[in-house]
Amino acid sequence: MGVHAERFDATLADLDVPVTHTDPTGFNRTLETIARDPAIGTALPFESVSLPDWVDDEATPATLQSASTGITAASIGIADYGSVVLPATPSGAEQVSLFSDLHVAVVRADDIVPDMRTAIDRLGPRLRDGGSVIVATGPSATADMGALVRGAHGPRDVHVVVVETGDEADE
Amino acid sequence: MSSVDRAAKADRIRHLLETEGDAVEANTLGFNRGRYESVADLEDYETLKEEARTIKENAIERLPELVDELTATVEENGGSVYLADDAADANRYIRDVANEAEADRVVKSKSMTSEELEVNDALEREGVDVVETDLGEWVLQVADDAPSHIVAPAIHKSREEIARLFTDQFEPDVPLETAEELTMFARERLGDLIEGADIGMTGANFITADSGSIVLVTSEGNARKTAVVPDTHVAVAGIEKIVPSVEDLAPFVELIGRSGTGQDITSYVSLLTPPVESPVVDVEEPDVAFADRDDRRDFHLVLIDNGRTAMREDDQLRETLYCIRCSACANSCANFQSVGGHAFGGETYTGGIATGWEAGVHGTDSAADFNDLCTGCTRCVNACPVGIDIPWINTVVRDRLNREGDDGRFEFVYDELVPDEEPGGLDLQKRLFGNYGTLARVGSATAPVSNWLAGLAPVRALMERVVGIDERRELPTFQRETLREWYDARGPRIDTADADREVVLYPDTYTNYVDTDRGKAAVRVLETLGVRVRVPAVGESGRAPFSQGMVATANRQASRVYAALAEDVDAGRDVVVIEPSDLAMFRREYEKLLPERSFERLRDNSYDICEYVYGVLENGGDPGGLRTAGDGPGIAYHAHCQQRTLGLDRYTTAVLDYLGYDVVESDVECCGMAGSFGYKREYYELSTDVGDRLADQFAEPDARDRLVVASGTSCEEQLGDLLDRDAVHPIEVIDPRFRWPDP
Ligand code: SF4
Repeated sequence: MGVHAERFDATLADLDVPVTHTDPTGFNRTLETIARDPAIGTALPFESVSLPDWVDDEATPATLQSASTGITAASIGIADYGSVVLPATPSGAEQVSLFSDLHVAVVRADDIVPDMRTAIDRLGPRLRDGGSVIVATGPSATADMGALVRGAHGPRDVHVVVVETGDEADE
Repeated sequence: MSSVDRAAKADRIRHLLETEGDAVEANTLGFNRGRYESVADLEDYETLKEEARTIKENAIERLPELVDELTATVEENGGSVYLADDAADANRYIRDVANEAEADRVVKSKSMTSEELEVNDALEREGVDVVETDLGEWVLQVADDAPSHIVAPAIHKSREEIARLFTDQFEPDVPLETAEELTMFARERLGDLIEGADIGMTGANFITADSGSIVLVTSEGNARKTAVVPDTHVAVAGIEKIVPSVEDLAPFVELIGRSGTGQDITSYVSLLTPPVESPVVDVEEPDVAFADRDDRRDFHLVLIDNGRTAMREDDQLRETLYCIRCSACANSCANFQSVGGHAFGGETYTGGIATGWEAGVHGTDSAADFNDLCTGCTRCVNACPVGIDIPWINTVVRDRLNREGDDGRFEFVYDELVPDEEPGGLDLQKRLFGNYGTLARVGSATAPVSNWLAGLAPVRALMERVVGIDERRELPTFQRETLREWYDARGPRIDTADADREVVLYPDTYTNYVDTDRGKAAVRVLETLGVRVRVPAVGESGRAPFSQGMVATANRQASRVYAALAEDVDAGRDVVVIEPSDLAMFRREYEKLLPERSFERLRDNSYDICEYVYGVLENGGDPGGLRTAGDGPGIAYHAHCQQRTLGLDRYTTAVLDYLGYDVVESDVECCGMAGSFGYKREYYELSTDVGDRLADQFAEPDARDRLVVASGTSCEEQLGDLLDRDAVHPIEVIDPRFRWPDP
């Protein structure tokens, strides 16, 4: 595990956000243990892994309402904040990551960067190209009703899955 | 202000203290504590702040150019940009967009800029239903109430109140009690309202000119839903929100949440480049897969000027435009912690920086009502992530307000007593406190008669009626013999030949005429350390008029002080200051009042008394003759607010520690007395409410039997009033002649 990934794990632990590491072969099984039924998702733009069959990858307004889990790709993990960068896509990744009770963010270990500045530097070209992203850190939350509550308009729980590819995967 | 107005204002403040004070206090104190903890985790906090400041300075400098660049970018992306001169102009445009879209419902995520426009009213007049989706903002909408804080608009409402409100309004099937139940209820109701909305309206925390991205800093996720569920997105933002590039966002993303609510980062920082690629969530086509949709999204960016261009050209108000609306200034403000934004705010904005915003966007008058709640304690200055000198903006606006109202009626009576440089119509109370130095001189010269007079009930009643000095406050007792007279008669005790150093002890008004004891103690301590002391005739620092917004008078006094001290500074003598608010003048405020070189020379050569003692000890000075802790009680120490801002309190604790004292230090931002503030009839209740936070700390088991020590005059008086224990200055504690007061 890279040094950034360790920091990433520790920060997520402070945020009370569970994180699971897996390799491409264990990916489906890992998702199975995490996701609650029914699950929807948007296609993962990674070579090594893709969404298993039991995840509905053609989300609609109706399934958005009924799904318990939404699974989407994160393009960057930010170690010192425990944040994941969620790109919005025409297939509805923004909505899928927001509406369900549980959001599972899938990030490649290689995409974990040390800090916010590195992440923002990477985002510059993408945004100038018309892209949109959400830097998400932990679940949705509010303190407006007199105490901190998770799950205000967005997910109550977030789970981060880190996929170890390349050299690490072979070990 | 008339005595009737004063009484009305006092009533209003008392009412807010009783009804909203507790909730506001708990929340702001929590945010503020969180800020201290969260910024402490940043290794490069100061660097980030400087970087943020520089980006804002440059962006405002280049603003016209950035507006053009942004406009081109957004239009290239497929959106529209409208540059609105004022609120009416913006609202007209937004109404047209709503008409075009045949909108029945607009969902909105929280935005102060939209509050500034009062766009809800404008749309509702057209028959459009407007729904706030931020939970706090929605509570206020349901309650028909106004925000009291720029980040947490409903902090003045307790959970119980919200539960009652929801029960009355919605008659839910199951009773709502816990925060969780209330939140889920709101989530569901709002979720339904967001679906099927025709337009989503957001503000923008930042906008990047290079990519046309809207940055929204939120925790709930409502802004994300608002922006992507309906097919039309209207973003409203002041022109000052533009930064040149995406990369410029870095320091702000790290600072904004920490500064405001003390979160390292909020749950969501959305960087949306509209029109976004995300598909529309169309409830009328529930089974069409998102991937199969081909949406045409509409995006309108409404950039608001509304006075900002004029602010940019105003040398004093320009800084306000650097503000990122994080709320740190409000949370760190002792007065705000007590009364919140319903007292400490104008038409739209609340807290310390509200004066600048209100004066800029709604006009100076709109800042008049609450501007005096800034006591110039400066605790917000270090808290502000872009380094805005918020108290200075408050002083400038106060000065402008002073110059506006002018009926000249009392001029002839007053001019003898108050020889200032200000317009004749200036509020009598301000004039009196602004000329405290003259008052003290006359009071001392006529003591004990003046003291006797000041204690007489009819005189006090008159003082309360005419100038608004609250009858409940004990007035300072003037000494017949001033510190300077005492010193002149006594002479120096260290020969020039034996002296390691020579200093000028600045005889501030209070030390010279009222608390001469601490001045004498300072002389003895310095001499014990082998320092030759001079106490020359130097006038008032200008703090008193400065705090009343009488800038011209302060200016004149600053020049005189500099003229009187320049020779000593030339001769290599250090200037040692006892009263922290005067030292803060020399080190900070004089930057605005003196030529640069003069300011720098005085700044670099003046020291807080304990800082100086610390320096002498560090350089091998012999502490032998100083009073050590012995078996006396421990110390409960309250550093002065301005001293803490300057980072000087640590020298006092270090000196006390070195001499064996056991010190507990308070962490409240300000004692609430703040010079003359606590004497004023209209603010007396507020002042004691703020002071209670400090008093409570010193009533804790760990502090209650300790000697109360405070660095500032006002703090000593406030503590004395609230605790019934006499407070002393730290220099008195280490004076060889000091005796512990009887318990
Ligand atoms: S003035 Fe500074 S501290 Fe206050 S809200 Fe603006 S940026 Fe924040």
